[in-house]
Amino acid sequence: MKQAGFAAGDKVHTYKYLAICGKDYLRYTSALLNRPSLTNIKILDANRPSVLNLFVWLRPVAFIGVLLSVWQIAISRHTVHLLPTPVEVVGGIADLVQHGLLLKYVVASLFRVTWGYVLAVVLAVPLGLAIGWSRRVEMAFNPVIQILRPISPLAWIPIAILWFGVGDLAAVFLIFLGCFLPLLLTAINAVQSIPAVYIDVGRNFGLRRVDLVYRVLYPAVVPQLIVGLRITLGIAWLVVVAAEMIAVNSGLGFLIIDARNAGNRYDLVVAGMVLIGIIGLLLDLGIRSLERVKSFRWSYSED
Amino acid sequence: MEPFVTPAAVDTKLRVEHVNIVFDRDGKSTPVLNDISLEVGDGEFVCLLGPSGCGKSTLLSTMAGFLSPTSGEIKIDGEAVRGPDPRRIFVFQERGVFPWLTVEGNIGFGLFKLPRAERERRIAYYVKMVGLEGFERTYPPELSGGMKQRLEVARALAVNPDMLFLDEPFGALDSITRLIMRGELLRIWEAERKTVIFVTHDIDEAVQLADRVVVMSARPATIQQIVNIDIPHPRDISSPRYLELRDGIFKQIGLAHKL
Repeated sequence: MKQAGFAAGDKVHTYKYLAICGKDYLRYTSALLNRPSLTNIKILDANRPSVLNLFVWLRPVAFIGVLLSVWQIAISRHTVHLLPTPVEVVGGIADLVQHGLLLKYVVASLFRVTWGYVLAVVLAVPLGLAIGWSRRVEMAFNPVIQILRPISPLAWIPIAILWFGVGDLAAVFLIFLGCFLPLLLTAINAVQSIPAVYIDVGRNFGLRRVDLVYRVLYPAVVPQLIVGLRITLGIAWLVVVAAEMIAVNSGLGFLIIDARNAGNRYDLVVAGMVLIGIIGLLLDLGIRSLERVKSFRWSYSED
Repeated sequence: MEPFVTPAAVDTKLRVEHVNIVFDRDGKSTPVLNDISLEVGDGEFVCLLGPSGCGKSTLLSTMAGFLSPTSGEIKIDGEAVRGPDPRRIFVFQERGVFPWLTVEGNIGFGLFKLPRAERERRIAYYVKMVGLEGFERTYPPELSGGMKQRLEVARALAVNPDMLFLDEPFGALDSITRLIMRGELLRIWEAERKTVIFVTHDIDEAVQLADRVVVMSARPATIQQIVNIDIPHPRDISSPRYLELRDGIFKQIGLAHKL
């Protein structure tokens, strides 16, 4: 069995019993390079990869199925209505689709997240790289960053409304605030943790400032930045829900608070929560696909 | 002590003149190099040998222009060294390869000023020279330590420098790979005739590779002795002359012969 990802004759003998097959071999080789302990090694049957893959796929689906059944049964056996059943939640989602609200609210929330997040990325990443590059600038900025950091973006809600009124702008501003500092800190840390040897090599080959930034500094920080981008997108999605409960009258956060206030429609409340969860998962999957780009992946597989 | 020893009829490439280096850390100053003077001929292979932490790597970094001496001067081709320069490439342990570039990308890193065709020709040539054919599109994390080391040497050679500075380049390799790499380095050196300054704390390595071995003392480093290794390549490492030279250095460093 060919073991792509390993150099011929190097270290491979340790894993010579290992047969890796199917699309997952890259994941497994990188896991091995990360932690070459025997507990990480899965021996797959080379003759039946598709059946195994199917089984691996079905496992989480089956688990969700079990959870939903338990939920359904537990609620229907209880006299006090603590929570809508899964069936009622599906009904709630169908209701939203019928009224044309599902798409409208999802788009409204995503619109705010996109603007707040993109603005934060565009401003925080270059600023963070610049701050991290110079020790003196970092020393000047650091106290302010450390004071602002523990303030929840939600604490800014009154000020956001004061400045921007009730509307999209206030929500976008809150998301921007929630994303800006984490991204800034990620970028600062990423620059500071570049091994000095990379910079030395760049200078040795005669790179000037701009080339050094473009050809050494930028590629060296990308893997750490991707981790930061991923965590921050999660934050943006958390903040938008809170912002929509107060500052606007559309979106998934508004759906949740409005369904409760307007008639205790808890099926719609939980429907909103489920939608937030699913969309959050999809966003994370989207940004994680960046981690699989080969020239970005080095930091995850290097020992 | 003989500070200026140069084989006759060879142009001087590098001249170290009374170099002192004092590190200043938290107000405490530590002398690292103490009045080092040395001449290296064009195309010569010189090993700097000394105990760990003696300052030999500091001397090498200073020659390469990454550090400035506290006093004294380093001249290459009669010109004072003012900073790192693509004509003189510093080879780190394998840590210096860029993990985000493929083997090809790494070798081509210093060739950005060349036209595309010439760049590709050189990359192919050096991929072959260091035996990395078939790995052109491979990323370094998937290479072994020895392959990464060869890759870094290839990247250095690709810009056609006059000098190579090697800082314990094989230190992180296992002993078998290390022996193979020494042979390859000598093969490449004989083919390209660069001036090589090679830092090591391994006496055998120094005697196997160098034209001259510069034996340095513990910190603050001074040059204790410069040993001419007058054995032609390929060297028989069980010959009486080899053992004699090696034992001489053992004694010079003050090491006992029995463990």
